[in-house]
Amino acid sequence: MAERVGIYVCHCGSNIAGIVDVEAVAKWAGAHLRDVVVAKDYKFMCSSLGQAMVEEDIKNENLTRVVVAACSPHLHEKTFRRACQNAGLNPYLFQMVNLREHCSWVHTDRAAATEKAKGLVSAATERVKLQKPLEPMFVDVTPATLVVGGGIAGLQAAIELADAGYPVYLVEREPSIGGHMAQFDKTFPTLDCSACILTPKMSDAGQHENITLLTYSELEEVSGSVGNFTVKIRKKARYVDYDKCTGCGICQEKCPRKVVDHDFEAGLGYRKAIYTPFPQAVPRIPVIDTANCTYFTRGKCQVCSKVCPTEAIDYEQQDEVIEVNVGNIVIATGWKLFNCESIPQYGYKRLANVFTNMEFERLCNAAGPTNGKIVMRDGKTEPESVAIIHCVGSRDAKFNPYCSGVCCMAALKFGHLVLEKTKAKVYSFYIDMRTPMKDYEEFYQRLLEEGMTFVRGKVAEVTDAARLPSEQGKLILQYEDTLLGKQKRLPVDMVVLMGAIEPQVDAKELGLRCGISCSMAGWYTERHPKLDPVATMTDGVFVAGACQGPKDIPASVAQGAAAAARIQAMITKGKVMIEPIVASIDEEVCSGCRICNNLCPYNAIEYDEEKGVSRIITALCKGCGTCVAACPANAITGAHFSNDQVFAEIEGALWDAMYGGNGQDQGEPAPEPEAAPA
Amino acid sequence: MKYAYYPGCSLECNAAAYDHSVRAVAEMLHIELVEIDDWNCCGATEYFSQDELTACAVVARNLALVDDKTDQLVAPCAACYLNLKKTDQLMTDHPGMGAKVNEALAAGGLHYNAGRVQVRHMLDVICDDIGEEAVRDKVVQPLAGLRVAPYYGCQVVRPISNDDSPEYPMKMDRLFQWLGAEVVDYPVKAHCCGGHMTQISEPQAFELIRRLLQSAEDYDADLILCMCPMCQLNLDGFQSRVNGFFGTSFSIPIVYFTQMLGVAFGIDGKKLGIGKELVAVKPVLDAKLQAVASA
Repeated sequence: MAERVGIYVCHCGSNIAGIVDVEAVAKWAGAHLRDVVVAKDYKFMCSSLGQAMVEEDIKNENLTRVVVAACSPHLHEKTFRRACQNAGLNPYLFQMVNLREHCSWVHTDRAAATEKAKGLVSAATERVKLQKPLEPMFVDVTPATLVVGGGIAGLQAAIELADAGYPVYLVEREPSIGGHMAQFDKTFPTLDCSACILTPKMSDAGQHENITLLTYSELEEVSGSVGNFTVKIRKKARYVDYDKCTGCGICQEKCPRKVVDHDFEAGLGYRKAIYTPFPQAVPRIPVIDTANCTYFTRGKCQVCSKVCPTEAIDYEQQDEVIEVNVGNIVIATGWKLFNCESIPQYGYKRLANVFTNMEFERLCNAAGPTNGKIVMRDGKTEPESVAIIHCVGSRDAKFNPYCSGVCCMAALKFGHLVLEKTKAKVYSFYIDMRTPMKDYEEFYQRLLEEGMTFVRGKVAEVTDAARLPSEQGKLILQYEDTLLGKQKRLPVDMVVLMGAIEPQVDAKELGLRCGISCSMAGWYTERHPKLDPVATMTDGVFVAGACQGPKDIPASVAQGAAAAARIQAMITKGKVMIEPIVASIDEEVCSGCRICNNLCPYNAIEYDEEKGVSRIITALCKGCGTCVAACPANAITGAHFSNDQVFAEIEGALWDAMYGGNGQDQGEPAPEPEAAPA
Repeated sequence: MKYAYYPGCSLECNAAAYDHSVRAVAEMLHIELVEIDDWNCCGATEYFSQDELTACAVVARNLALVDDKTDQLVAPCAACYLNLKKTDQLMTDHPGMGAKVNEALAAGGLHYNAGRVQVRHMLDVICDDIGEEAVRDKVVQPLAGLRVAPYYGCQVVRPISNDDSPEYPMKMDRLFQWLGAEVVDYPVKAHCCGGHMTQISEPQAFELIRRLLQSAEDYDADLILCMCPMCQLNLDGFQSRVNGFFGTSFSIPIVYFTQMLGVAFGIDGKKLGIGKELVAVKPVLDAKLQAVASA
């Protein structure tokens, strides 16, 4: 019996209809494509009226197949599958054509785009006729969640999930949770103390009965899929027994080896070779920095071991890899600072009194290396003038084209702190002031009143080459004041570079491990930039905080909470639907060669020794098709992507070549092809 | 390795020391320089500011004359280097212009396929093709104790980058570290020397020159290394005039980087053109290098 196909072509307002002659496509499909019973165009197919139209036609015209030519299936495949289901048609007997992203948005020639649209509709029509009804599968959701990254975004997600009663594994690469926020002194625009609002959350996470804290640990491997991931985590050797150590701190006090702290203190302060990054660290268990420890480098010392009252020091400790099962994963790995040395004309590391924003945070911090005194590199002289340069590595075609978003506000905060703590004059060199969030513009106004000087223009160079006696011994900024249209010079004592916020160096690698992708700049790609900002294209993997793009604290917290809410919904539901688009192996044909076993990227193929055949574990299979293509015996079939479906689709796409350029039902010879546009 | 060599006009007269030292150093490093037969002037900065097409045709003639035994062309003069490189790039980016240039070249029976010749600066050849190890191997007179200020000027690093930072280049700094010199972190290393401004407005030009000399003096540099005949002429030839104009007393020798490379290689000063500069470098070398030798 012939199938009865319904075709619906969407205008999408003018998004599609602006370039594709939508009515002509629908009319042509109705007239020329075999087995088409209904062919319509409609302004907005995704509207409830559009959906109702499909549902009614299925019932009234006894449609057995449906094709909707509209936008990306990412947006509305679910919508129309549901419409089919509502009308009693198996949702997998529906096919979506992406006329918007794949056609109208990428073409400018109306005639050619319309011809292409016909090809796409024809391809879907030929394919849909061979599609088979499929039933979705449901798997249980493991209630535990893995949170990667113990900065403010990860902490928020972990605490919300734990408070809801679900177990959380919180993995953090550094010896303590807290992230960058632990390094800051004040937060903008409220100027409340960063530590005061962060440390309660840290100790919450540290003491929570539902949170397993895995600090100094890294995510090594992820397998499985939504609801049921198996995760391998490497706990790096701390050389301190986690259970015996009480965090008394005597080892740190007595350790004779002082090391410049390039991590927490941004190179301005010191730590010991056995250390916790800062006094409020969670956990308070120290780690030994083996690259600097005298015992590890020279085989002598062991002072820490001698002074430890609980014999917690263990020089023989090894890395440990643990395996946990989780239903969902939150990636909240944060950001790293732009390397300010990449802009040599700003003099960082060449000119002593050029500081980065992270260094300046530590200078301002009451718990920092100078106890919060803003002083020059000599550690004692207070500057009489400070220049803050914005957009160092941001909004710069040579480095990062994007705006780092938070630096303007951080620069204002720095300005306020300098004015509050010193008698220095403060200058801000900005391209554009960006203060868009709640109370931010008001903070800018406040600094204008407090007397910070704002200069609009990018600094060309920071130099110590004085031209005038007044410039001697100073750092001189050469800049263009773009409001005056003049080249000018300004001698100052101290320069602060507002370095860009960049993705972590290993962001891509971690993304690959979790099956999520990065943007050109290296930020994790969310499922939808507006409507689905914390989910990713991989079900069960969520992103939160600055790893998804530069973000301030409130936005990071909001994303952490959003990811937790999404996950809670899945855990509460208990089951998650899995697409039935999976591979299957015909055991009669399988020769047991096992070629497919190692090719499967999801470890979804097992080998049955007894029968000598391979078998697909459907719960793990993602339907990628690798095994289907590789099987030398053609024993594997991909549901929804069988050979005959794919070939029919190709033949449909080539309708003009296959059927003489005039549709399938016409027996007439093909007309002369029109001259190709030049 | 074989390279076509384009000395350019300056190197035939006022910058003869550059030419001599380039050839001497090249010989030492087994860089085979084959001078282009019947080369012509690159037009300096003037041609390009008058008529780009004519300027390109004039320059392209030199590119067309590079024989097919090599695709590498070395030009030590910064202006020649830039003009040759710019012409090749313009002809590559704008095939229409390339065709017109070739029409002009055809009158002389020549043709140039854009992109065939890679235009190189001597500094890049030494640092990138020869490399640290081979350079260090040749050093017989380390420059230890000698404080040098590496001056890059504009045209080699800008506007077409030679893969060094256009704002704060470091290649010459590294080369002289290999030779054992104390390399001054010369903050004005990529600032302008004034070019032909001395012929247009002396006060403007002298101020630009003064800044370069002042910074070298502030950093206690024994000499300034340069890689462009124009820079050398401005800093050396106008040094006494600058002193007269500002009442300063600069006495800083300005030498080509290849001259000092030759000194480190133990090549005789005469072969390197040492002594052709107006502010004599020999007393400085005698004082500093011998002091080290006897120390």
